[in-house]
Amino acid sequence: MLNQLLASLVDGLLIGFVYGVAAMGLTLIWGVMRVINLAHGPIIALAMFGIYFLFAGANLNPYLALALVAMAALLFGLVMYGIVVHRVINAPHLSTLLATFAVNMMIIGTGTAVFTTSPFNVDFDLGRLTLGPLTLPVTRLIAAGASVLVTAALYFFLYRTPPGKAIRAVANNRDAAELMGIPSSRVLALSFGLGTMLAGVAGGLIATFFPFTILSGGTYELKSFVISVLGGLGNPLGALVGGLVLGSLEGLIPVFLPVNWVPVIEFGLFVVILLVRPSGLFGARQ
Amino acid sequence: MISSSLRQPGLWLSLLLVAVIGAIPPLTQSATLRENMFTLLMFVAFASSLNIMLGYTGYVSFGHIVFFELGGYVGFYLLSAQKWPLAAAAAGGGLAAAALALLLGLSILRLRGAYFALATIGINEAMRAFINNFKPFGGPTGMSLNFAVYKQYGGPTQALWITYYSVLALTALVVLVSYLVKSSKFGLGLVSIREDEDAAMVMGVRAPCAKTWAFVISAIVPGMIGALFFFKNGNIEPGDAFRLHMSIEMIVMVMLGGQGTLLGPVLGAATYQQLRTYLLTSPIFKNLQLTFAGLSLLVIILFIPAGVVGWLRARLPRLRRVLE
Repeated sequence: MLNQLLASLVDGLLIGFVYGVAAMGLTLIWGVMRVINLAHGPIIALAMFGIYFLFAGANLNPYLALALVAMAALLFGLVMYGIVVHRVINAPHLSTLLATFAVNMMIIGTGTAVFTTSPFNVDFDLGRLTLGPLTLPVTRLIAAGASVLVTAALYFFLYRTPPGKAIRAVANNRDAAELMGIPSSRVLALSFGLGTMLAGVAGGLIATFFPFTILSGGTYELKSFVISVLGGLGNPLGALVGGLVLGSLEGLIPVFLPVNWVPVIEFGLFVVILLVRPSGLFGARQ
Repeated sequence: MISSSLRQPGLWLSLLLVAVIGAIPPLTQSATLRENMFTLLMFVAFASSLNIMLGYTGYVSFGHIVFFELGGYVGFYLLSAQKWPLAAAAAGGGLAAAALALLLGLSILRLRGAYFALATIGINEAMRAFINNFKPFGGPTGMSLNFAVYKQYGGPTQALWITYYSVLALTALVVLVSYLVKSSKFGLGLVSIREDEDAAMVMGVRAPCAKTWAFVISAIVPGMIGALFFFKNGNIEPGDAFRLHMSIEMIVMVMLGGQGTLLGPVLGAATYQQLRTYLLTSPIFKNLQLTFAGLSLLVIILFIPAGVVGWLRARLPRLRRVLE
């Protein structure tokens, strides 16, 4: 029993790192421009398909493909900001919510027509690693490691490079940043692109060990919301910690309850946190 | 006060539109048209209900279809397991939906704007998972009606007509209620929440309370229609009942016609539903229905955020008296 618990917990924690990266994308966009990107899930799903086709079609190593997918997701975010978000960035929440949701529908609609909703699978295996009582798939270990690296890179970017500092300045006070000569539109576009890139990276990593459909993104989007709120919307490091919390919950719940209770519990947790501590367990970065 | 507000031409125009749509099937006695108009009226009622939340109060609810589903399940349970008559079962479905809205409203409507929208996204999934695991509602296999049930309504054909007229009456009721809300002090409070929630609260609007009641009002009729719809269907199962895209299409309809107007949701729902019927039968667009809905939503948000009726009202001041 104890071994089983330990195995489930470690399994959950490893996937939790990846969930954290996905949530970071969502939380970054909210923190900088107070927009909730409702196309988050479909972008994750598109990244999964990107990995699949680069791997199965072009025989590319999935981790090499991941770099390409990340670039594509960044580009997608820049374009999406320019076409969809920029016009309504100063409008009430309703407009940005509906605008990003419209993108969600277009991706899901077209994706369903092209790929159908049958599952795809990246047939990629790096074997297993045995550590005492634990047997861990290597792909999951790499995914967790990559997530930590991505987080570190994001923090380095935000705190040590000029564009990253510009993003933080705009997040802090857009008007003041403009007065200091920061081109806020470009910075917002970059932040949006970074957010979608993180979603893409998370999707790509998940695709290396879980089968997926075009609708899978929705599940991860919901998890990202829960995690973001758990860690405090707008706080990237909180998102990573929130990811670990949710991952371990997801590992442990199925030991005690049927697995299809997981979304009910996740959603319950989400509502409770929104009610009790809307700023998240670790406080939002203001 | 009510009698004077009932003389507004805007209300009668909307009701007339509903009546014209509703009169087509009885005049032609065509079963196909009846089924089409049933769906159309259902969406008119959904869109007008959602408009109370989305248009008047400015709160987007991404899971509004959950009230239809829950009402459908509760009504169906009352019909099949408890042998309640249809009217009572429909009322039960509406009450269940209202109770859920009250519960949700009391808990999550303290949240402002975007946080509320986030919370509504998960409702659908959570409810589906709950129903899938809930034994009295049949779990994943759902429930079905014994065919003999239709006998007490004068046979299946007669039962279909009864549900049709009920939906027509409910649709007219929603339009009337959303007009009464709009022209009341309560509705004024809702609109001021939409414009500036802090200012509204300073002016004495009890925002959390008003929002909750708006949510409850917008949930009742979708719940009742749920019971009627699944009575007509004869069976109910989670995969069939939980159609997330209907939530989304409701939003598109409201935005297309004009959020916050009375005629807008009626017009938007009728137009969108006709378009959708065309798209579903056209071989090219058959699979791209959702893409099309998304594209129309995006175009509306970016270029005519006030919707068709709002746009007309802004362009042609003379029409403002008629286009409520």
